[in-house]
Amino acid sequence: MIAVVDYGMGNLRSVAKAIEHVCPDSTVLITSDSKEILSASHVVFPGQGAMPDCMRELDSRGLRDAVLQAAKEKPFLGICIGLQMLFEFSEEGNVAGLGVLKGKVKRFPSERMTNEAGEKLKVPHIGWNEVEQTVSHPVWNGIEQGSRFYFVHSYYVEPGEQGIIAACSRYPFRFVSAVAKDNIFAVQFHPEKSQHAGLSLLRNFSEWDGGF
Amino acid sequence: MGLAKRIIPCLDVTAGRVVKGVNFVGLRDAGDPVEIARRYDEQGADELTFLDITASSDGRGLIFRIIEDVASQVFIPLTVGGGVRSVQDVRNLLNAGADKVSMNTSAVSNPELVSEASSRFGSQCIVVAIDAKKTAENKWEVFTHGGRKQTGLDAIEWAVRMQQMGAGEILLTSMDRDGTKMGFDLDLTRSVSDALDIPLIASGGVGNLEHLAEGVTKGHADAVLAASIFHYGEYTVREAKEYMKARHIEVRL
Repeated sequence: MIAVVDYGMGNLRSVAKAIEHVCPDSTVLITSDSKEILSASHVVFPGQGAMPDCMRELDSRGLRDAVLQAAKEKPFLGICIGLQMLFEFSEEGNVAGLGVLKGKVKRFPSERMTNEAGEKLKVPHIGWNEVEQTVSHPVWNGIEQGSRFYFVHSYYVEPGEQGIIAACSRYPFRFVSAVAKDNIFAVQFHPEKSQHAGLSLLRNFSEWDGGF
Repeated sequence: MGLAKRIIPCLDVTAGRVVKGVNFVGLRDAGDPVEIARRYDEQGADELTFLDITASSDGRGLIFRIIEDVASQVFIPLTVGGGVRSVQDVRNLLNAGADKVSMNTSAVSNPELVSEASSRFGSQCIVVAIDAKKTAENKWEVFTHGGRKQTGLDAIEWAVRMQQMGAGEILLTSMDRDGTKMGFDLDLTRSVSDALDIPLIASGGVGNLEHLAEGVTKGHADAVLAASIFHYGEYTVREAKEYMKARHIEVRL
């Protein structure tokens, strides 16, 4: 069973639908029940909206411990704010994250949002950007190097350990768009909205045993 | 290389049918929104926008089933607009599978709705649609109720205000150009886009592929939206992207 953690923030249906589409034989459960999260084979940790709200809602539903436990022992996929929440601290509302991974979450700085042609780049970073895989990983299986994925975010992660970087993208500078550590794989983009490449990633995750 | 400019086909839906697509060549059921959405997805559309233009309340509920059907088969972002009046309307559309919800008239009559929906669901899913009409040189005014009602609001100022209220994107339609196939109002598009920090989607007037390219190069749009050039089979989304690529615009191919 694949559990999609529901802490009341954002649209989880699309994540669940995309996984059901690529894994018709799996059970996908949108859940806010710790026991169900801990009995799942795989855990997906999505997130939308603002990180302070996400942290508050996670705690108000008493899900912090289950998520921390799952992040230690199960194939675990963080998506968007679900990636950001794994880190120690976010500039968004200056809140602490779960601290599973070292590093912080920063806003795209307005003074740096100009490309080589001198054009202003908008924030949020919305749309399809290239993802350069920097490690080989089972979750990247069969996904072409530089494939485009769909992003929607104003903040990005800056890991404290370079070794966990699994992909980078450019806007206009290079930022980390995926991380991998042990049983954790987490992405800034939305695989559930990234057509073929995204569906491949979700299929790979559902087949992943958490080894790397 | 970096972020691609987006091409977004728009489907006007009423009572469960796409109304602009009746002459679409090669489709068994020309007006079926789910089938048209799948076709655009296969052609490489970056997102899809559905505008529910159902006038009566009778056929309104149909949009939910359409979005549910599309969202279980098409895995790209879906925006839905038309008749959104409350936070509950936004929630219902998101639950049906929409990724973003677009507001137009209701944002003018109740700007708090934009900030409330944005803080509840995140600005990434709130699009404010603006219908603008030229009233003087370099001056455009906001109209609502499908373009029937003049508001007195300046389009540029309104777009900036909506950004401040928590909109994640602005969908800007030139009423002077909509349906004319004369191309975007590039002055309007550029003026609004340059005033914003959030992305701008240009709409209204696309008649050929050069118009799409101009929307980006001269209008500074982050995404371009069109309906009829795709619905009537004049061009595929892929052809549009290949054309833009030849114009040195970054696209997802």
